[in-house]
Amino acid sequence: MSQAYIVGAFEHPTRLAVEQSVAQLHAEVAIGALEDAGLSRHDVDGYLCAGDAPGIGPLSIVEYLGLDVRYADSTDIGGSAPIAHVAHAAQAIAAGRCNVALITLAGRPRAAMERAGLVTEYTDYPESLFELPYRPILAASYAMCAKRHMHEFGTTSEQLAWVKVAASQHAQHNPNALLRKVVTVDDVLGSPMIADPLHRLDCCVTTDGGGAIIVAREEIARSLCRPLVRLRGAGESIKYQLGSGFDLTTTAGKKSGAQAFAQAGVSPADIKYLSTYDSFTITVLLALEDLGFCAKGEGGRFVEDGQLISGIGRLPVNTDGGGLCNNHPAHRGGVTKIIEAVRQLRGEAHPAVQVKNCDLAVAHGTGGMLDRRHGCATAIFERL
Amino acid sequence: MITAATDTSPEAAAFQQAANESRLLFGQCSVCDKPHYYPRRICPFCSSAEVEWLQASGRGHIYSYSVVRKATPPYATAYVTLTEGVTMLTNLLTPDFDRLQIGDEVELLFVKGDDDQQSAFFRPIA
Ligand SMILES: [Zn+2]
Repeated sequence: MSQAYIVGAFEHPTRLAVEQSVAQLHAEVAIGALEDAGLSRHDVDGYLCAGDAPGIGPLSIVEYLGLDVRYADSTDIGGSAPIAHVAHAAQAIAAGRCNVALITLAGRPRAAMERAGLVTEYTDYPESLFELPYRPILAASYAMCAKRHMHEFGTTSEQLAWVKVAASQHAQHNPNALLRKVVTVDDVLGSPMIADPLHRLDCCVTTDGGGAIIVAREEIARSLCRPLVRLRGAGESIKYQLGSGFDLTTTAGKKSGAQAFAQAGVSPADIKYLSTYDSFTITVLLALEDLGFCAKGEGGRFVEDGQLISGIGRLPVNTDGGGLCNNHPAHRGGVTKIIEAVRQLRGEAHPAVQVKNCDLAVAHGTGGMLDRRHGCATAIFERL
Repeated sequence: MITAATDTSPEAAAFQQAANESRLLFGQCSVCDKPHYYPRRICPFCSSAEVEWLQASGRGHIYSYSVVRKATPPYATAYVTLTEGVTMLTNLLTPDFDRLQIGDEVELLFVKGDDDQQSAFFRPIA
């Protein structure tokens, strides 16, 4: 069990950043999280970011912010990276490498898209030659996992749609959410097919903005006037396919979740609230199974009939509206998962979605391409 | 795009050259005996460099697929499991996307891209 605490969390209110630069957005969320914590930039001696930060790793943003850090980490496992960063920061704190670590995530893909259209850049990865000729768009990557899950377990499009319905039920209470309109299962099934079986409403939003997290050691956390949120367990894992033993229905979350629950000494039944990556509806379904909230193949039955809606269902999930309705800044949903978990643990979520006596919560991320290679990170937080 | 990739990856050049001769290659390790895809010179299962690139028979079945409906015209991405045991990302060519099913038998054909390079596609066996 770590002695690291989340002392600051901030989500940028914007969803379209026409006027700001990416670096400016990183700075704005950093300032927001420091204010939330009651700390100053001079207290920060660790900085963590992923590939959404412009420049070489942490270099440009550390300079832009004018920080003096003795610990830096730019681990990038896709959108789940900030959840891994929390654990890395906790390790650095435990090792005496820093006292206060700042994690930022920000971007402006929406503003950039409005300006230039969707640009796909050629990348010289080892797998490029074997994948790019087949135009593997992201939605198709997740769609093939969904199709296989349907084939193996009888999962239906209606069941996937319930994930979006729950997100929209929560988002109606979030004034900053991009999509606040409540939708029905029929709305999801009636929306245009993007890559079958995933409809437009099975896909997350594209937004600008971002978020930041401050992780600090125990003495500092106890000196601040904020509810105490401690990292209790964490795990991370990377999954890929090598051609043999192919499997599209289990994610790296099976390993990252097992590590996190083992370290925390708790089980899924103890969890009051779950923030889980929802790049697509299928991403949520697979995470619920792999984290152990239900058996493999039972995800569809687990989510249907509003079971993820706070106050109604068995497990409140993504009460900010998630990436499906609220925010998926820089195409990366990791930081917002941590932020809403912190809100829930502090009792600062919207009253309509606040989970009663929320003392144990999970933030879980699935970044990258679900079918080909992805990285999962799981963090279990407790309120003391 | 394919030309750029082979230009910068000497490791992959032989794969593309074979594809241009309508042969699909996969990796087969002589030490641990496991096949892999995409083919590489170091076995991903045991790190041995004793890897042969073998020619696939060109038969297989659909492991999963998705029709990208938002594209104009739509196209089908898929994973095909070859009879040799490896599963690969590909595209499916068919006049009727609605008839595709997981498990369908498919056969290999090569399609030339805009850059004049051939890639391995598959089509259902009637
Ligand atoms: Zn081997």
